[in-house]
Amino acid sequence: MAEVRAEMVANVWKVVAAEGDQVDDGDTLVILESMKMEIPVLAEGPGVVTKMHVAEGDVVQEGDLIASIS
Amino acid sequence: MLDSVLVANRGEIARRVIRTARRMGVRAVAVYSDADAELPYVREADEAVHIGPAQPARSYLDGAALIAAARKTGAAAVHPGYGFLAENADFARQVIAAGLTWVGPGPEAIEQMGDKIRARNLMERAGVPVSPGSRAPVTDVAAAVAEADRIGYPVMVKAAAGGGGIGMSAAADEAALRTAFETARSRAERFFGSPEILLERFVARARHVEVQILGLADGRVLALGERDCSVQRRHQKVAEETPSPGVSAGLRERMLAAAVQAGEAVGYRGAGTVECLVDTAAGSFVFLEMNTRLQVEHPVTEMVTGIDLVEQQFLIAAGEPPSFDPAAVRSAGHALELRVYAEDPVRFLPGPGTITQWEEPAGDGVRVDAGYQAGNTVTPFYDPLLAKLCVHGTDRGQALDRAREAVAAFRIAGPKTNLLFHADLLASPEFAAGDYDTSLVSKLRPR
Repeated sequence: MAEVRAEMVANVWKVVAAEGDQVDDGDTLVILESMKMEIPVLAEGPGVVTKMHVAEGDVVQEGDLIASIS
Repeated sequence: MLDSVLVANRGEIARRVIRTARRMGVRAVAVYSDADAELPYVREADEAVHIGPAQPARSYLDGAALIAAARKTGAAAVHPGYGFLAENADFARQVIAAGLTWVGPGPEAIEQMGDKIRARNLMERAGVPVSPGSRAPVTDVAAAVAEADRIGYPVMVKAAAGGGGIGMSAAADEAALRTAFETARSRAERFFGSPEILLERFVARARHVEVQILGLADGRVLALGERDCSVQRRHQKVAEETPSPGVSAGLRERMLAAAVQAGEAVGYRGAGTVECLVDTAAGSFVFLEMNTRLQVEHPVTEMVTGIDLVEQQFLIAAGEPPSFDPAAVRSAGHALELRVYAEDPVRFLPGPGTITQWEEPAGDGVRVDAGYQAGNTVTPFYDPLLAKLCVHGTDRGQALDRAREAVAAFRIAGPKTNLLFHADLLASPEFAAGDYDTSLVSKLRPR
């Protein structure tokens, strides 16, 4: 079970992956927006997305859970 | 002369504009959002007005709130800085309609240059070299493919109304073009409110060199030398220098003459920048775009010419002659600007944070234009520029030595910064030799 967390305070611009998706290392899960930049949040290994913890428009804090992958 | 000015911006550029205003005896009014109340520029202004919440759309992009702040404080003029509403022709018109002086070029010049396709066509007609590219907006993928076949691969795909490198990408073949086109179009709509796309021939080994122009109140347009802005990550500048080590005396003369032609073609008034791409192999250049405002990297030009560009903006806006003799502009020595960003020095990902330590370097030829100090918080709402570390030397070697010392002496704790990247840049043989192009950062930071 891998937990993907936000590296910084940001807005969730786009949710790319959905629960149940099979993802690989480097696949984009969500795209955050902070400091006038789009920051893709990537899967760090292969697995299935069991839970997306954010929705578009959410504000995440550093360390907040974005996705669970198993 | 103007007796007062509202600075419609924040951070380092607001502080820099306020500094010159106060030196000239012009009353300076700052504006700030909820996120910026504690920043140095707010305190250093003669007066400060709270204009709204942190979100730019409800503060620094809210034209009505800015004009109301000017009215309330009796400010006679508005200086837009760069970014936000600086290149918004409608805002310039609203300022003028409110009876205030707009410290910038006329709204028509902003509009003509704001659309990249229109600007290219205008420049071509004025005799300024442009690269092979779109003369009309490209609206769908099929049209983009046809256009790329006409122009020849590789091509650069851009938003016509865009800026800041957002949505820009190069495509070497049709498959890459299809992806690049979709990306550019979605970014263009989202960031610039217009889906119009243009294609241009991509130059593989290019330097990004721009010319500072100044349109005087009497109609003359001057060129105040060039700046090399080839050190870029994500098509955004991180370090600049003047003079450009990659531009010969002959090429410089042609570029400066073309920039003056460009300014004259739109009846330009005030400070502006003509951006060009220099093909290092061919020794030729093409017009890229014109920025109708004060440029982030303007300090390097100030350091070699001794001219305060913000002072000239105020004088020109007031209809007065410049503070210097246009026939006797001299450039002395070499200057560098290093943009200190709140971003990590390897992947260049930005991150906010509270500044616990802030110690600026000082010394001969060192100038720091900073937006923050110890105790301030860098928030996620605005771009991550913390400060511009600018260094002047009698020659490039001395400027580089001073820059290395200054980078080592700059202490910032709290948010991550790219100071280590600047140390690596200054230590790299390519940068030290001046022999680099826009691919330098990707060579220093291979993925």
